[in-house]
Amino acid sequence: MAAHLSYGKVNLNILREAARKDLREFLDKCAGSKAIVWDEYLTGPFGLIAQYSLLKEHEVEKMFTLKSGRLPSADVKNIIFFVRPRLELMDIIAENVQSEDKLHSSRDFHILFVPRRSMLCEQRLKDQGVLGSFINMDEYILDLIPYDGDLLSMEYESAFRECYLENDQTSLYHTAKGLMTLQALYGTIPQIYGKGDCARHVANMMLRMKREFAGIQNQILPVFDTLLLLDRNVDLLTPLATQLTYEGLIDEIYGINNGYVKLPPEKFAQKKQGEASKDLPTEPKKLQLNSAEELYAEIRDKNFNAVGAALSKKAKIISAAFEERHNAKTVGEIKQFVSQLPHMQAARSSLANHTSIAELVKDITTSEAFFDSLTVEQEFMTGVDTDKVNTYIEDCIAQKDPLIKILRLVCMQSVCNNGLKQKVLDYYKREILQTYGYEHLLTLHNLEKAGLLKPQTSSRNNYPTIRKTLKLWMEDANEQNPNDISYVYSGYAPLSIRLTQVLARPGWRSIEEVLKMLPGPHFEERQQLPSGLHKKRQQGENRTTLVFFLGGVTYAEIAALRFLSQMEDSGMEYIIATTKLINGTTWIKTLMDRPESHAA
Amino acid sequence: MGRDRFRVQALRMAFVTASWNPLGEAFYRKLELYEMSWSIRDGLRDSLVAAAPYGGPIALLREPLRHSPSSRPQLEIYSASGIAITSFPWKSGPVVHLGWSVSDELLCVQEDGSVLIYDLFGSFKRHFSMGQEVVQSQVLEAKVFHSPYGTGIAIVTGSSRFTLATNIEDLKLRRLPEVPGLQGKPASWVVLTQDRQTKVLLSIGPELYILDNTSCTAVCPPGLSPHAGSIVHMSVSFSYKYLSLFTDSGHLWAGLSNLQEKLIEFDTKKTDRPKQMLWCRRPKSQQPSVVLMWERLLLVVGECNDTIHSTLTQNPIFPVVDVSFLVGELDGVRIINSTNQELLQEVPLVCQDIFKIASMAPGALLLEAHREYEKSSQKADEYLREIKEQNVLEKAVQQCVEAAAHEYDPATQKSLMRAASFGKCFLTDFCSDHFVSTCRELRVLNAVRESSVGMPLTHTQFKQMTLQVLIDRLLFRQFYPLAIEICRYLKIPDYQGVNRVLKHWASCKVQQKELSDDAIARAVCVKVGESPGVSYSHIAAKAYECGRTELAIKLLDFEPRSGEQVPLLLKMKRSHLALNKAVESGDTDLVYMVVTHLKNEMNRGDFFMTLRNQPVALSLYRQFCKLQEQETLKDLYNQDDNHQELANYYVTVSYREKRLESRLSQLQNAVDEYNKAKNDFAAKATEEEMRLLRFQRKLDDEKGAGLLGLSLQVTMETLLSLGLHKQAEQLYRDFKVPDKR
Repeated sequence: MAAHLSYGKVNLNILREAARKDLREFLDKCAGSKAIVWDEYLTGPFGLIAQYSLLKEHEVEKMFTLKSGRLPSADVKNIIFFVRPRLELMDIIAENVQSEDKLHSSRDFHILFVPRRSMLCEQRLKDQGVLGSFINMDEYILDLIPYDGDLLSMEYESAFRECYLENDQTSLYHTAKGLMTLQALYGTIPQIYGKGDCARHVANMMLRMKREFAGIQNQILPVFDTLLLLDRNVDLLTPLATQLTYEGLIDEIYGINNGYVKLPPEKFAQKKQGEASKDLPTEPKKLQLNSAEELYAEIRDKNFNAVGAALSKKAKIISAAFEERHNAKTVGEIKQFVSQLPHMQAARSSLANHTSIAELVKDITTSEAFFDSLTVEQEFMTGVDTDKVNTYIEDCIAQKDPLIKILRLVCMQSVCNNGLKQKVLDYYKREILQTYGYEHLLTLHNLEKAGLLKPQTSSRNNYPTIRKTLKLWMEDANEQNPNDISYVYSGYAPLSIRLTQVLARPGWRSIEEVLKMLPGPHFEERQQLPSGLHKKRQQGENRTTLVFFLGGVTYAEIAALRFLSQMEDSGMEYIIATTKLINGTTWIKTLMDRPESHAA
Repeated sequence: MGRDRFRVQALRMAFVTASWNPLGEAFYRKLELYEMSWSIRDGLRDSLVAAAPYGGPIALLREPLRHSPSSRPQLEIYSASGIAITSFPWKSGPVVHLGWSVSDELLCVQEDGSVLIYDLFGSFKRHFSMGQEVVQSQVLEAKVFHSPYGTGIAIVTGSSRFTLATNIEDLKLRRLPEVPGLQGKPASWVVLTQDRQTKVLLSIGPELYILDNTSCTAVCPPGLSPHAGSIVHMSVSFSYKYLSLFTDSGHLWAGLSNLQEKLIEFDTKKTDRPKQMLWCRRPKSQQPSVVLMWERLLLVVGECNDTIHSTLTQNPIFPVVDVSFLVGELDGVRIINSTNQELLQEVPLVCQDIFKIASMAPGALLLEAHREYEKSSQKADEYLREIKEQNVLEKAVQQCVEAAAHEYDPATQKSLMRAASFGKCFLTDFCSDHFVSTCRELRVLNAVRESSVGMPLTHTQFKQMTLQVLIDRLLFRQFYPLAIEICRYLKIPDYQGVNRVLKHWASCKVQQKELSDDAIARAVCVKVGESPGVSYSHIAAKAYECGRTELAIKLLDFEPRSGEQVPLLLKMKRSHLALNKAVESGDTDLVYMVVTHLKNEMNRGDFFMTLRNQPVALSLYRQFCKLQEQETLKDLYNQDDNHQELANYYVTVSYREKRLESRLSQLQNAVDEYNKAKNDFAAKATEEEMRLLRFQRKLDDEKGAGLLGLSLQVTMETLLSLGLHKQAEQLYRDFKVPDKR
C-alpha cells in the first residue's frame, strides 16, 4: 500500500509506520465502537497515513465532519474528535458535547489533538464547562507526513503567512518538533546549514530541544548527513514562475491536493463504440499521483516538452509487449506471458491516463495566453524592462484576467527588480483596485508586508548580480536531455536549488557576497554524535541531505532536486521536506485577505 | 581417596560450622552482624523500640509513658549498626507505638490517635489522625504493618474498636465492625493481608476471630487442642503465609495463616507470655520455625521432617544474656541487644552442602580443590578430576557462587568466589554472567554492611528489595557519594542511577538554610551540570516549597524544558520571566498560556505594556484577538500607534457595517489613520472608494442600478450597458481612468 515510500535512499515508511502505530494505539485506548468527528482540514493529511480500512479494523464505524450544532446520531460507544488545536474548533466541540449530553449520556468523548495538545485549548474547553466530559485527551504528533519516497510535507498551508505576515512562529515550532521526531527515527543529523530568519529560529529550537532530551542518547546510525533549512522568503521568485515540468503543470492547472488531482472527466470517458457520446461522466476524475505508479515516476519530473516523446516511447514498448503473445508458442511461454498480464494491463491503463492528462495540459500550454504570459515571465527573469509598467500586465488587467495571475506577474516583476519604482507600484495598485475592487487593498498590503511587492528603496537593483553569480538563467536549457536544473523552468534555474547545489559543491563560502544580499542570516551548526556512530563512508557512497523548505516548495523545485540526486557525479542524494507543497496560485491565495461583507 | 582427606577438610571448615545448630534436618546459625556503636545506659529496658526490616534504622523512645513535663522522654534514632543519627526530646503526647514506613519514615502513634511522621533525621514531616472518636477512647495498642499497598497502621481503641489504614500515603480510614463480647483490647491480635484484603486476627480467651470490613467471624485453627488454654500471643510470618499462636498453658501452635493446615504443635512448658514471638524462615526454607523470646531464653521451635506425626524437637540453644529485641526479616530474625546484633537464620541449603562436615557435594569438592591448588598441592588435580568424572563441575561452580552470596564474612565470600573462578577455568562454554553479577553485588553489599553505613542486608533481602530501593534507602540516609559510587560501579544507566542521586542531593541541598542562594545555586549547578534527567524545575519546586523563591528562580534558569519551567514561574508570580522563557522556547502554546495568565492577572495597561516588550508574544496575542476579540485588537494597535494596521482594521470593519453611513465613517477613520501612517496611496484610494460609494448610492437611488460595492471598472461597464453614458463619462473623468479598454 505504501511500498513506494520505502524505495528511496531513506526508507520513509519507517516514519509512516511509526505514525500508524501511534494512531492504532490511540484508537485501542477507546475500547468499543467509535465514530470519528473530523476537523475537515485533517482528512487529507490523514489519508496519507491511514486509509479507512485501518480505522475500520479498530472499530471506527462512522465518520463525520466537525460542524456546529448537534452531532449526527450514531450507535457507537465512543465519539472521537480529531482536531487541530484551534480555539474556534474548541467552541464547536463544546457546542457538540453540550447538545449531546441531554440526549444520551452513554457515549464517551475523546479528543485527539493534531499535531499537539494545547493548554490554551484545554483551558477553553474548561471555560466552556465541557473539559470533564472527555475520557481521553491526547495528542497525535503528526508533523512530517511521508508524501512520497523522497518527500515529506507537514501539510501546513498557512505556514508562510503566519511566519511573515503575522509573526506567528507556531509552524516553526512544529517543524523543529517534527525534525526531532525524524532524528529519533533516523539518527541525529550531524550537520545543519540554514539561510533565513525562520531557518535560524528552527535550528535554535532544535538545538534547544536536544538539550531537553539530553538524557536519552540517540544510538541510531545517522541516515542523513546534512540538514539544509531554507526560508521561502530567501527565494520568493521561484514559486511565482510557472512550473514547466509535467507534475508542476498538472499542479498549476488542476491543483494537486494531498497527492490527489481532480481532472475534468471528458477525456477519460470509456471509449466504447457507439455510446461514447451518450453519457459522459460528470464527476471529476480523481487520480492519485505518486511514485508508486511506474510511468508517472518516470515522467513527472520531465519538462513537459519531453513528456510527449516519453509517452510515445512507452506506448511502443507496451504494445510490443502485447505483441509478444503471438510469439508465445509453448505452454511455458504462454504461462509466462499471462503472469505478466496484470502488470502490463496496469501499465496500459496508466499510459492511457497520462496520455489524456498530457493532452489536457497541452491544450493549455499551446494556447496563446499561456505563451504570452510565459514570455513576460521570462523577460522579467532575464531582467528585461523590469523597471517600467509592463504593457502585457496592463492588458491583462483591462481584460480582467484572474486577479491571482496579475498578482503573480506584478510580484514577479517587483522581485526581479528588487522593488518597483513608487510610481510604477502605485500605478499597478491603482489599476488593480479600480478593476478588481477596493477590498483588495488589504491583500496588496499583505504582499508588501511579505516582501513580494515593494517600492524600490536602495538605489541598486541587486537581482542581476544574484542572477549572474548563481547562473539563474541558462540560455541553452536542454528540455529533452537536461544537463542542468534550469530545465524545470525552461531556462530559469530555481534560486533555492542553486543554493542547495552550491552548498554541496563547492560550498557557500564561494558565494558569501550573494548570500549577504539575500534576506536573513546564513549559518552552520554541528550536532555532536555519540562516539561509535560516526559513519565510515564507503568509496563512492552518496551523502544524504535533507532539504527543508520553510514556507513551501514547488513541484518543479522538487524535480530539480531529484535531477541533482540522479546526476552521476553529484555524490549527493536529496530528501525533501516542506511545510506545504505550493505553487504560485495557492501561495498567493494564502496571502490574500478578503473582508467579509455584510453590506446589503 | 582416603577418609583422612575429609577429616582435614572437616577441620578446616570447623570455623564455619562452629555456630551451626541442627534443628531436625536443617541447621540454624547465628551470624554476628555488628558490635553496636551505641552506648545505652539502661540497655533496651523500658523503651519502645522500632527497627525497620531489611536492615533499616532503629528508633528508641525511653519511658514513653512518663508524663511529667519536667523530664521529657528522649526519642533516639540509630542506624542498624547503632550509630546515632539523631535524638530529641519528645514534646508531644504519650506514644503508644513506633514503627517505620517503607520509605524510612518514623511513625509515632500517640494515645489520642494522632500519628506523627518524622524523617530519618528527626525532622517533622506531617501528621494525621486515626479518627476523631479516638481522642476520647484513646489508643490501647497499635501496629504498623507493610503490604503490597504500602505501609499501614492498625489500632485498637479503649472502646474495643479497630481502625485500619492500609496505606498512609493515601489515607483511607476503615473502622472495622464491633467485636461481640470484647472488653478493652484483645489478649492478642495481628494484621493479616490475604487475598488482597487486610484483616485483623484476634483472640479472646481460647477463641480466635477474623475481623474484616464487614464482619467478625470465629475461626478454629485445625489441630489446636481444646485444652490448650487462652491464646495470649500470636504472630504472622513476613509473607503473611504462616501464623503461630501461643497459649497461656505454654502450647505453641503454628500453621498456615489461612488456617487450613497445622505445621507444629509443641509444649514449651513455659506458661509466661513470651516477650516476642517471630517466624524464622527463608524463601525455599526446609524447616520453617518459630522463635520465641522470654526474658532470658530464646527458643527456636521447628517442624521435623516427618510431617504426618509432627514430632517436634525443641532446641533451647541460644542463651540470652541481655534484654534483647527481635526484628523479623525475610530470611531470618535479627537479635539486637545493647552491645551487639546477630542474625539468626536457617543455613541455606547450598551452604550446608558445601560446609557440612564430610560433604561430598560438588561445591565442597571444588572449594577443597582450590584450597589444595593454592598450596600448590597435586591433590587439587585429584579433587578436580573427581568432580569432572561425575560431570558436575558446572554445578560445583554454581554452588560456590551461590554460597558466596549467602555468606556474610568477606573472607569466606572470597574463598568461595576464588574457588568458583578456579573451577570455571576448566569449563569451556560457561556463561559467567551470574558469577560477575554476584561479585558486583557482594561488593555493594559489603559496602553497605560497613558499620559506618549500617545496613546489614543479606543477599536474599537485597534481591527482594531491588537495587533501586537500596539506592533510595541510601538517599534517605543522605549517603550520596556512596550511592553514586554504587550506581557507577553497577553501571546503572545515568537517568536511573547517578542522576536520581543528584536530584535527591540537590533537593536536599536547597533546604540548607545556612547557605546563601548564590552558593547553593552554584553548588547545584557544578554538580548537576547538564546531567540529563535531573529536572531543575523539580529542584526549584523544592526550593520554592521551602520559601526560597529567589533560589528557585536561579535554579529554574538552568532548566532546559520550558514546559516545566514556565508553569512554575507563573506559580511563583514571576510572570515577566515566565513570558521571556516561554518566548525563548518557541512553543507558542506556552506563550499563549502565559499571555492568558497575564491578561487575567494584570490591569489592561500593564498587560499591554508587558506585551509591548515582547514582540513575539504581542503578535501572537494579536492573532488571538483577530479571531476572538476584535475590539481589543483596535486598542492594541492604538496603543502601539500602529496607524497602518489600525487603518486596515477600519477597512475590515467597514465591510461589516450594514448602513452606508457607518461604512463611510469607518472608511473615514481609515483615511485618517492612513494619513497618520503617511501612506498616501492608501489614503487616496480609500477616499476614492468613499466617493465611488456615494456616487453608486446616488445612482442606485435614482435609477435602481444596483451598483453599490462594485469596482470602478465594473461600475463603468454596468453604466454603459444600462445606457448611462453620461454618468460613465463622469466617472472616467473624476477618477482619471487611463485609456485602456
